[in-house]
Amino acid sequence: MDTLDAMHRVETGGGTARLPMPLMLESGARLDGVEVAYKTYGRLNEDRSNAVLITHALTGDQHVASPHPQSGKPGWWARMVGPGRPLDPQRHFIICSNVIGGCMGSTGPSSNDPKTGKAYGLAFPVITIADMVKAQAMLVESLGVETLFAVVGGSMGGMQVLQWAADYPERMFSAVCIASAARHSAQNIAFHEVGRQAIMADPDWCGGDYLKLGVRPEKGLAVARMAAHITYLSEPALQRKFGRELQKDGLSWGFDADFQVESYLRHQGSAFVDRFDANAYLYITRAMDYFDLAASHDGVLSKAFMRARAVRFCVLSFTSDWLYPTTESRAITRALNAAGAPTSFVEIESDKGHDAFLLDEPVMEEALKGFLAAAASARGLN
Amino acid sequence: MTEFREDFREILRLVRPGARVLDVGCGEGTLLDLLQREKGVDGRGIEISSDGVAACLAKGLAVMQGDADRDLAEFPPHAFDYAILSQTLQAVREPKKVLSDLLRLADRAIVSLPNFGYWRMRWSLLTRGRMPETKALPDPWWATANIHLCTLRDFTALCSDLGLRIEAAAALEHGRPARPIDPDHWVENWRAESALFLLSRKGGQVAERRADGDLFG
Repeated sequence: MDTLDAMHRVETGGGTARLPMPLMLESGARLDGVEVAYKTYGRLNEDRSNAVLITHALTGDQHVASPHPQSGKPGWWARMVGPGRPLDPQRHFIICSNVIGGCMGSTGPSSNDPKTGKAYGLAFPVITIADMVKAQAMLVESLGVETLFAVVGGSMGGMQVLQWAADYPERMFSAVCIASAARHSAQNIAFHEVGRQAIMADPDWCGGDYLKLGVRPEKGLAVARMAAHITYLSEPALQRKFGRELQKDGLSWGFDADFQVESYLRHQGSAFVDRFDANAYLYITRAMDYFDLAASHDGVLSKAFMRARAVRFCVLSFTSDWLYPTTESRAITRALNAAGAPTSFVEIESDKGHDAFLLDEPVMEEALKGFLAAAASARGLN
Repeated sequence: MTEFREDFREILRLVRPGARVLDVGCGEGTLLDLLQREKGVDGRGIEISSDGVAACLAKGLAVMQGDADRDLAEFPPHAFDYAILSQTLQAVREPKKVLSDLLRLADRAIVSLPNFGYWRMRWSLLTRGRMPETKALPDPWWATANIHLCTLRDFTALCSDLGLRIEAAAALEHGRPARPIDPDHWVENWRAESALFLLSRKGGQVAERRADGDLFG
């Protein structure tokens, strides 16, 4: 509880910012009256040089280090953000915003379409990682921050970090990209497609119009989450946690959740639908699938980073992450080196799979502390 | 006397202040750290072990996990002023390619390596008839990481094959200051326990920096 109290104390601000201009999307569509929900921790220093932007993953949100308003659980990255942690509100001004297309207060498919006054549903335009980053850049500017000390994120958050480096390198001093990739692989797209099909196969999805009809495709969304959740874990971690352990003595000779792993997945699914919107899941997974940073730079990834030579990069991967394996991080590192950006890279030994970046990984913590401390002294912080 | 190795001391003397330096096989970053603090270099490192890289990051160094055999190709030509390979060439799979890579990505390479022609090696092999185990090469043959050992004469021949110029060479001996040598002299091939070379490409456009006084006197 002490940590939670401390968290409440360090949470200094937040709310919903309305972007001053319409958002011109990568698809060519235009989004008016965009709102971005965000939280801040710590205070901006006099030089405005200590701001850190944390970019969240697919199902993350702005509550990086404060309790989730619905579940009451601690922030999703409280291990990384807090007093004495690598990102410390006593030293950094930490900003975390909900991505556009999301469902935690930023404009997304469940927001009201100003044209109709009703929820967008599938009338919401397809958004991309670059669109999310554009909205963040406008938010950061509106908070009075010209240059971020660091942009930090894992998984889809790491994609946003790379997009920041491609689009706004002059507005950032350093970048941390964890367990991520510069493009979605066929396997990544395939898993997402399974999730989307599960949602769309649920009769309560109603062609995306479920909010207008007062229903929710809970079963479909839960199945999507169950399938995705398996990709976040490693086989040894699943085996160690559950093995073939049963829920009760003996088999049911039916289709109840006999095995503990089944019960665990069902729980993951049902807890998820309480806090997430099915259409948001469709839109955000689509944004990730469309992500291919090299494609918009003549197919050469290093060209995406040509303007980012002055940015200090830290790239981390985990040995057992098969969703965004080390080869992806190596490709990023290679491109950064070819572009001439100062880059650190380490593959961390862990059997926890993709989710390792959210869990207790002392090597990750130490590496980030070291990287950020060196960047801080180069930036003249402290 | 501080704890660091003789070759570190010599490398520290050789490197021009403020230079761009790549340390290949940088371990826990001791040399890079020294170079940054004492010479103000813009330093990067490559290290194979994740513990080593993590230790480097904790020191605030820009280091990538990777290995000399595979990962030097990702750097563009002339990305660095110096590439350092300290007591590592004998442990790589393809020393010739690595050496060549070093002088593609950097204008100069500083390479140190144990001399298998050192008299104690020869004596040990002659009298015991077994692979020598010395202070510099302490592991038995079946456990050693040093898979491409060579003599000074072997090394200078390789440099000549690759069209490399040896700008300077020094003999290194445990606990003693580096001693400038003529690496082609037969006696040094007996006398030097370990040696350090400053190399550049023959005919490369490396500016003459001898006048700076940062090379061997």
